[in-house]
Amino acid sequence: MKLTGAQALIKSLEQEGVEIIFGLPGGAILPVYDPIRDSSIRHVLVRHEQGAGHMAEGYALATGKPGVAMVTSGPGATNIVTPIANAHMDSTPLVVITGQVASASIGTDAFQECDITGITMGITKHNFLITHADEIPRVVASAFYIATTGRPGPVLIDFPKDIAQSEMEWWYPESIEEYDLLGYKPEIILDQSSIDEAVALISQAERPVLYVGGGTLKSNASQQLIAFAERTKMPVVTTLMARGAFPDSHPQHLGMPGMHGTYSAVTAIQKSDLLISLGARFDDRVTGKISAFAAGAKIIHVDIDPAEFNKVKVATVAVRSDIATALAAFDAAKAMPKNLDPWWEVLTGWREKYPLVYAPTDDPALLRPQEIIEAIAAASKPGTIVSSGVGQHQMWASHFWKFEEPRTWINSGGAGTMGFGVPAAIGAKAAMPDRDVWCIDGDGCFQMTAQEIVTATSEGFPIKVAILNNAYLGMVRQWQEMFYEERFSEVFLDADLPDYVKWAESMGAVGLRARTIEEMHEAIRQANEINDRTVVIDFRTPASEKVFPMVAAGASNDDIMVHPLQEVKN
Amino acid sequence: MAPEPFLGDVERTPVTHHILSVLVENKAGVLARIAGLFARRGFNIYSLAVAPSEGQARFSRVTIVVDAESAPLEQIVGQLNKLINVVEIKDIAPKDALERELLLATVSVDNENRGRVLGLVESAGASIVDVDADSLTLMLAGTPRACDELERSLEGFAEVELHRTGRVALPRLTKSEEN
Ligand SMILES: Cc1ncc(C[n+]2csc(CCOP(=O)(O)OP(=O)(O)O)c2C)c(N)n1
Ligand SMILES: [Mg+2]
Repeated sequence: MKLTGAQALIKSLEQEGVEIIFGLPGGAILPVYDPIRDSSIRHVLVRHEQGAGHMAEGYALATGKPGVAMVTSGPGATNIVTPIANAHMDSTPLVVITGQVASASIGTDAFQECDITGITMGITKHNFLITHADEIPRVVASAFYIATTGRPGPVLIDFPKDIAQSEMEWWYPESIEEYDLLGYKPEIILDQSSIDEAVALISQAERPVLYVGGGTLKSNASQQLIAFAERTKMPVVTTLMARGAFPDSHPQHLGMPGMHGTYSAVTAIQKSDLLISLGARFDDRVTGKISAFAAGAKIIHVDIDPAEFNKVKVATVAVRSDIATALAAFDAAKAMPKNLDPWWEVLTGWREKYPLVYAPTDDPALLRPQEIIEAIAAASKPGTIVSSGVGQHQMWASHFWKFEEPRTWINSGGAGTMGFGVPAAIGAKAAMPDRDVWCIDGDGCFQMTAQEIVTATSEGFPIKVAILNNAYLGMVRQWQEMFYEERFSEVFLDADLPDYVKWAESMGAVGLRARTIEEMHEAIRQANEINDRTVVIDFRTPASEKVFPMVAAGASNDDIMVHPLQEVKN
Repeated sequence: MAPEPFLGDVERTPVTHHILSVLVENKAGVLARIAGLFARRGFNIYSLAVAPSEGQARFSRVTIVVDAESAPLEQIVGQLNKLINVVEIKDIAPKDALERELLLATVSVDNENRGRVLGLVESAGASIVDVDADSLTLMLAGTPRACDELERSLEGFAEVELHRTGRVALPRLTKSEEN
């Protein structure tokens, strides 16, 4: 069967089980947009290519399946660089297809030419430039294989226009051997001796902590984690990337560690004698000053990517494995720490003394951002998915939403990409049409990618957006207030500019505004009743509200600042 | 007054150097992938030699001398291994490595210094590969140290154009031989 390169690309995507592509066409990718019309794959037309990338990420984070985006060459390709970098930092499986100028024009500064494989070399797990139509099936199959196996990540396929227009005899690889990936062997043979050493360390532990990272979600190991934690009685902390991997309601959960972690999670790690890292990478937002991080602890570092071992902290024992396999091996070896009752006594004391709190506003009718999140959470069905932007609202969402299930928290962790929330929520809704999807957004973040609400409206992906409108780039304002003597510089946004309600309405959404507690409950009630349109609520919140606890940048986690309400006055 | 431009720490082979012999697929851009990885992770490359490998068109062998001071070797190898086009990495510790390098140098000679140059060639075990009326080109294939020494000896001459290939290496068959 003869196919054009463009047809072969679409057919290859069908072979890989792709259901949905987020994209926007242009000159170089034009040939591929023709066979899409006849394909079973749904194409979602975005309003900006960054939106396509974040939607693909939202889809991937909600499902565990690879997200797919397609854009044209040049500016189309550069517009999707931010989501690619974001996915690379958070190990999210993506396949991004970029159009490219014709092979003969590459290197001539042709119209809309750009070296996207060069640009994305450092922010993809791998990228391909297709050089022959016969290679299309192999490249597509390899791209999905690379994106989804081992430590997942984004893979880019650059597709010159002439190759899309040339002909090939259809074939499709039948086995991994035909992928021709001599240098990529993601299968792991578990080293039992590393398990034995880890189990021996665990048996000596009196103050262990399970430090759970995003790899636990990637490995679909939540149920196993719960069983392992319950059997061993060890306390659990979940990083920003792992929220939902362990239920927040579970009595062994201490919350999130790190710069804005809970006092009990941060301090438990600091005082631990054994830190068991499960798919976490000792990010500086978790460790604070590295030399002071968990200084008295031995470390068992479980990761699928051996390059993570000893990168930041030297591991006492490194276990190269996915998390599910490692937990099964720990269970099989009956890993068991010492009696943890004394440790739990201490932990419980911290937790009771320093729970997450927030102060009343001067006027009790006014809204506090934290209680907005609590109110939305309380009014939401189980399984509701939450995305967020980046900033104070993100930290509050992580703290005050109670995550009970994996893949319900869609978030930009390693890159901290403002503007992630709205398109990622749309991608999650596209993946999970029966779930409610809320985006807890900042006013600054919302302005970066709000145009995708037009996409949500036109494509029928109704999401619910809560803008915590503090009229500021709040997180930056917080740093300027605390560390730059309140010399506020370029952080004021204006609560009334733009008019978020009108903006929402102009994009086909329902726009609501809430300034008081009463209005808040009413707006949330309405939002939950509307399921055929996107709803945007402009919640007015005080600019002065700050995120606590906090560890100052570069400081030791021992110097955690708790909420002013909790400061001991002696 | 503007400070002198920072030229980096100019030194010869770093004390903590290690040799990585890396087999890569001969695909477009693989050298850029390797160089880019080193640059973005802050690993120092001291020298780099690349050539098609083992008579097979689909592979190249890249011999990288890395400064293991700039980053732990384990990190460098771990990150390199993640490049999809990297097929195999052999890490050869300096004491187990048979290292060789090629040096070519064209030196201006006159009646006065010709004898000294010829003497150097002789004592270094180099050979003369090209001559004309007022210059000659010499070649040394030898240990990096021998190349260093010859390079230093040639520093005193007025006009020298000198190129070195960067080293290639194989594991020693006998691990005791002095280098
Ligand atoms: C694309 C991008 N630009 C800049 C930043 C730096 N930054 C981090 S948080 C933040 C403020 C976010 O403001 P807003 O969305 O209003 O959230 P808030 O902190 O007020 O809740 C900024 C500018 C970033 N993370 N991403
Ligand atoms: Mg704000």
